[in-house]
Amino acid sequence: MALDTPDNSKPVNTSRRFFLMASAAAGGGLMLAGCMTPDTSDGAPAVAATPAKAPEPVVDINVFVAISPDNTIRIMAKNPEVGQGIKTMLPMLIAEELDADWTKVTVEQADADQTRYGSQIAGGSFATPNHWTPHRQVGATARYMLIQAAAAKWGVPAAELTTGPSVVKHAASNRTISYGDLAKDAAAIPAPAKEIIDALKLKDAKDYRIIGKSVKNWDTPRIARGEPIFGIDISVPGMKYAHFTKCPVFAGKVVSANIDEIQALPGVTDCFVVKQVGTDLMGLMDGVAIVGDDWWTVKEAARNKLKVQWDEGATASMSTDGFRTQATTLVKGKPQSYLAPQGGTPVTEAAWTDANKAIDGAAKKVEAFYEYPFLVHAPLEPQNTTAHVKADGTIEIWSPTQNPGSSFPMIQAAVGVPRDKVTLHMVRGGGGFGRRLSSDFIVEAVAISKQAGNIPVKLLWTREDDVQHDPYRPGGWHSFRAGVDAKGAMVGMTNHFVSFTGGNGRPAPSADMAPTEFPHGFAPNIVYGQSLIAFGMPTGPLRAPRSNAVCFAYQSFLDEVALAGGKDPLQFRIDLLNSPTAPQPQGGRGFNPKRMADVMRIVGERSGWANRASLPKGTGMGCAFYYSHQGYFAQVAKVKVEQNGNWRVLKVWNVGDVGSQIINPTNAVNQVQGSIVDGVSEMHQKITFKNGKTEQTNFFDMPLLRMNEAPQIDTHFNITDNSPTGLGEPALPPVLPAVANAMFAATGKRIRTLPVVNTELRWT
Amino acid sequence: MANYTLNVNGKTHTVDVDGAMPLLWVLRDKIDLKGTKFGCGVASCGACTVHLDGKVARACMTPISSVGAQQVTTIEGVAASRIGQAVQKAWVDVDVMQCGYCQAGQIMAATALLNTTAKPNDKQIDDAMSGNACRCGTYVRIREAIKTAAGVDVKDTREV
Repeated sequence: MALDTPDNSKPVNTSRRFFLMASAAAGGGLMLAGCMTPDTSDGAPAVAATPAKAPEPVVDINVFVAISPDNTIRIMAKNPEVGQGIKTMLPMLIAEELDADWTKVTVEQADADQTRYGSQIAGGSFATPNHWTPHRQVGATARYMLIQAAAAKWGVPAAELTTGPSVVKHAASNRTISYGDLAKDAAAIPAPAKEIIDALKLKDAKDYRIIGKSVKNWDTPRIARGEPIFGIDISVPGMKYAHFTKCPVFAGKVVSANIDEIQALPGVTDCFVVKQVGTDLMGLMDGVAIVGDDWWTVKEAARNKLKVQWDEGATASMSTDGFRTQATTLVKGKPQSYLAPQGGTPVTEAAWTDANKAIDGAAKKVEAFYEYPFLVHAPLEPQNTTAHVKADGTIEIWSPTQNPGSSFPMIQAAVGVPRDKVTLHMVRGGGGFGRRLSSDFIVEAVAISKQAGNIPVKLLWTREDDVQHDPYRPGGWHSFRAGVDAKGAMVGMTNHFVSFTGGNGRPAPSADMAPTEFPHGFAPNIVYGQSLIAFGMPTGPLRAPRSNAVCFAYQSFLDEVALAGGKDPLQFRIDLLNSPTAPQPQGGRGFNPKRMADVMRIVGERSGWANRASLPKGTGMGCAFYYSHQGYFAQVAKVKVEQNGNWRVLKVWNVGDVGSQIINPTNAVNQVQGSIVDGVSEMHQKITFKNGKTEQTNFFDMPLLRMNEAPQIDTHFNITDNSPTGLGEPALPPVLPAVANAMFAATGKRIRTLPVVNTELRWT
Repeated sequence: MANYTLNVNGKTHTVDVDGAMPLLWVLRDKIDLKGTKFGCGVASCGACTVHLDGKVARACMTPISSVGAQQVTTIEGVAASRIGQAVQKAWVDVDVMQCGYCQAGQIMAATALLNTTAKPNDKQIDDAMSGNACRCGTYVRIREAIKTAAGVDVKDTREV
């Protein structure tokens, strides 16, 4: 339950340079692609296209805010949008404190530009906590400048001026002026100093007109119309289409390929080998590029005609079965190391031995072995990037990336072009889930564009390419032991966690767990150890990284411990959270057990947990909670299992605490619903390896949950006096153990291995 | 390569392509209608859903040579019908989208459902929509939007 990768945990310094860059640069074309949801009461088309409109001169108040004389306000959305709703939410924060008329706001996606915008990343649910104050200050500063401009124009003290939606008002003289009419003057005012910005009073929550109101996803109307706004839709003049074939075994090398034969095929304009650069498994790997006049033709050539001889390398000896054999052997011995909080006292083998002695002496012992598989991200839009490495030494890229910053060093290493010569347009991504934090598909497009003769190239992967070349969520194994006393209280717990290493002695990306994983510190004699298996596959963060795996094991095992002690699993959790030994939260970001106990209690009330004994056999309720990404989430799942073992989640009740303000309620609920569906989906999925190759290929063997399987969902937020935090991830982890615990309640069968095998749930 | 003449959203297009080329790629890369999406290439996800003579088809597995004189309707043309327009509007009113990548296919599948079943129940919705995956998991809202477009109570009546 620690903060998660990518490590972006430091607050973004929405540095003062944002404000210092205020300028009166007029005349830039105002991109009017966006539109508000149109009012259709007059019988106009339901989802009308934005009418063509002559561009108005636009006045930049600061790097985020530009105002046109027609009172239109353009707000830049700085972070990549992959379905988390950030393109709508971040501009809402600015617009609120700008006191803007939201119906006159247009939102524009920013390019990757660290100098102007700071860190630009879709990851870790960090955008809300990191921008909550700085982005409101951006809006407040622009409003301050508009007020100054009005005060000068009217010759009245600024203190006498107020604002309304996109206007400045002077009550004493009954005058009103629009932001559009003030924009030029405001832009000429020097950007205020840091002291002034920090002293600007932000609105009281009760005065919000935009924050806390459901604002539709900015691109919703355009998506409904099928407008070409995704990465895969990019088209530039002179563009060719490319497919890139890599070795099915990670880091395999091209020995030879029938390049000449492929080049001679109709519709193929080029075919060549691209060589690996560097050692990052999510970087540029060896492969064969086929370039042509349309993508289907080059993809068919790759699939049906291309013959490559590969040197598969060492990873070809690795298989899932082998990993499992190693794991089951390792847990029979002592862990290779013991987990201690960073900077804390090292944990010794003696502590492990003592904890196990306490367990052995307990009134009741519980032992269980949990395992979960590798998973693939599989965002629905396959990986793609359009790149043009130009002859003048610059590069232009259009990519549905979550993390443009990770691409620049790879690009420089691959084609020698530094970051300041690269223009990267962040195009809407059809899902991300962590997959597009990696930049393999960007550097491939760049390398192919250059090698094809400095032409613009759209690289597109197949679904099979995507399933088989992913920074997978690592699988793992947890060998638990716990003891409870005669009253059902926990007296000790150990976990031998087996995970993976890329060979440097440290866990592979997202293959670690927090030394303070709950219930560490909430009961005596809790010690965790770890052993690592060497492997050659890439891993990386999948939505709620680590948490999506560890939570299943821990919150399922806690259920076993509760039941062994004769306790109600929900009350057992609350009792643990209320433990007098509970570690106190360290600063604003530490785990606060009271917040979790509250959401657990409330979800019990909302779900009718107390009445669950009346459910018929085959139907059960289970509960779980988890703290990740600074969010507190507790869930109850109700599951129906048929006698043949087929199962469906009927309903999930969710209570979350992400602080004092739900910024955009419609999106907040959508994210929670999606997280829950995503989590249930993961209970059906696995990625396995044989001879170094991924065995799964497409959605028929890597299933996504469908309409008929999706549960009903009750979503509630417990509003608390804490700074708001993010929602892209923390609602996901608890649903897996809540469902697994409900399956046990329904059938008496304990799910300790994912994915769920239906036949193991059969009952009579 | 051969010439194929298609009727897409009421307009005629002639393309010179391999007869095995799927309709999806003709739409996207030859006649620049990019609203129809590529998700799996094996008719497993439904992102490429279009209508052929009003019936659901997965464009990624529909060879261009098999289309013939059938009327092709894509997301760009769905609003030409009253039902298509109502579905599109409901998608906006309910704010269904997260990433939005599957939603063109969802709207096409929902429109085809309402073309034949004006007031579908939950079972009919499940049956008609289960070929369309949403990786973001917006199923709660897709169900609500379909019922909104159909003018029926949005309450989910499935067993709880």
